[in-house]
Amino acid sequence: MRDRLARPLGLITLLCFAVGLYFAFSSPPDVNQGNLIRILYVHVPSAWFSYVAYTGTFVYSLIYLLSRKRKYDRLAAASTEIGVLMTVLTLYTGSLWGRPTWGVYWVWDPRLTTTALALLIYLGYFVVRGLIDDPGRRGRVAAVIAIIGTLDIPVNYMSVYWWRSIHQTPTFQLIGGVRVSAAAPMVEALLVMLLAYTLLYFYLLRLRGRLAELVETREERELESELQGDLKGGMREPQ
Amino acid sequence: MSPWNTIWTVALKDWRLEWRSRDSLTATVFFAGLVLLILGFALGPSRQRLQQAAPGILWTALAFSSVLAAQRSFGSEQEAGALEALTLYPVAHEWIYLGKLLGNYGQLLVLGALLTPLCDLLFGLPAGPRWPELLLTLLLGLLGLSVIGCFYAAVTTQLRAREALLPVLIFPVVVPVILASVKATSLLTTGGLGSEVRSWLGLLVVFDLIYLVCATLIFPYALEG
Repeated sequence: MRDRLARPLGLITLLCFAVGLYFAFSSPPDVNQGNLIRILYVHVPSAWFSYVAYTGTFVYSLIYLLSRKRKYDRLAAASTEIGVLMTVLTLYTGSLWGRPTWGVYWVWDPRLTTTALALLIYLGYFVVRGLIDDPGRRGRVAAVIAIIGTLDIPVNYMSVYWWRSIHQTPTFQLIGGVRVSAAAPMVEALLVMLLAYTLLYFYLLRLRGRLAELVETREERELESELQGDLKGGMREPQ
Repeated sequence: MSPWNTIWTVALKDWRLEWRSRDSLTATVFFAGLVLLILGFALGPSRQRLQQAAPGILWTALAFSSVLAAQRSFGSEQEAGALEALTLYPVAHEWIYLGKLLGNYGQLLVLGALLTPLCDLLFGLPAGPRWPELLLTLLLGLLGLSVIGCFYAAVTTQLRAREALLPVLIFPVVVPVILASVKATSLLTTGGLGSEVRSWLGLLVVFDLIYLVCATLIFPYALEG
C-alpha cells in the first residue's frame, strides 16, 4: 500500500529547491530594489502553484462528476487545500514586498483584489464541504461549486487586462518593468523555482490524497466496528 | 414539451405565485430601499459626494437584494416539497434552471425598474440622453446577478445554514459583474467616453454568457439527490 513514487518525487523536489534557492541568493541584487527583489523568487512561484492547484481542482472535480469515484473527490479537495495555502502565502509574501516598495501592505489593485477573491471562493468551498455529512452528496456539491468557482479565475485574470487598458496603475508597471529588465541569472533562478514549486504541488497532492484516503478508511472501519458491536449487543435498550 | 415551452411554463408559474403572494418582491424592494437609506446616511449629507457614490449605492442595493430574491426563488420550492415534484417532470433539468432563471430575472427587472428612478431621485443619476445605454447596463448586470444567484440558491437548497451560506458563496463570484456595472453606470452619469462604456459592457456580456452556459450545463448535477 506504500506510495512508491512519493519519496523519489519528494527528493527531486528538495533538490530543485536547493538549486533554485542557491540561484535566488547568488543572483545579483536589483538596480532599483536591491535585495528586496529576492522575494520575487518565492512570491511568483507561490502564485503559479495556486493557479496550477485550482486548475487541478477543476479537472478532478469534473472527473469526479463524470466517474463518481471517491478518489477524485479526495484529490480535488487535496488540490484545493494546498492551493488555498499557497494563495495565503502569495498574499503574505506580496504584502511583505509591497510594504517597502509601494509603502503599504495592501493596494486596491486588480490583481491583489482578484487573488483575495479566489481565496474567498475556495474558503467557501471548504465551508460547504464541512456542512454535508454524506460523502456522495458532499463530493457532488463540492465539485459543482469548484467548477463554477474556477471559472472566476480566467474571467478575473482577463478583467485585469481590461482594467489595465482603461486605468493605468503606476505601481503595476513597476513590477512589469522590473521583470522585463531582469538579467539572465534572475530569469534562471525564477525558472528553477517555478519548476521546484510545480514538483512540490504534485508531491503535496499525493501526500494529501493519501492522507485523505487513510482517514476515510479509518472512518469506515470505525463505523463498521460500531455496527458490529451493536449487533453483538443484540437488542440493547438505547441509553 | 419543447424546451421553450418548459422554460416559459416554469417562469410563468413563478410569476403567478409571486403575483398572488408578492412576498419576494415586497421583501426585496423594502430591503433595497433600506440599503439606499443606510448608505445615504453613511456617506451623506454632502450632495456632491452622494451623487459621486450613486452608481455604487444603486448596485450595492441591487446585489444585496438579488441574494434575497434568489433565496426565495428556491426557498418557495423547498417549502412544500415542490422541488421534488419539479424535478420529476420528464423534461431536462437544464430547461428547469433556465425557467427558474427567467422567473428570477423578471423579478429583478421589476426591482431594478423601481430602484433606479428612486436612486436618481435621492442621489442623482443624470444619464440624460444616454438612458438607453443605462438600460442596457441594467439588463446585463441584473442578468449576471440572476444567473449566479439562481445557481447557488439551487446548490444550497438542501444544506444546513443555507441562509448564511448563500451570500458567502455568491459575492466573491459576482464581484466582476458588480464592478463592470458600477463602472459603466458611473461613466454614463458623469459623461465618460463611449468606448470605455462599451468595453465594460463587453465584459458584462462575456461574463453573462460564460456563466449562463456553464451554470446551465452543470445544473443537473447540482439538483440531483
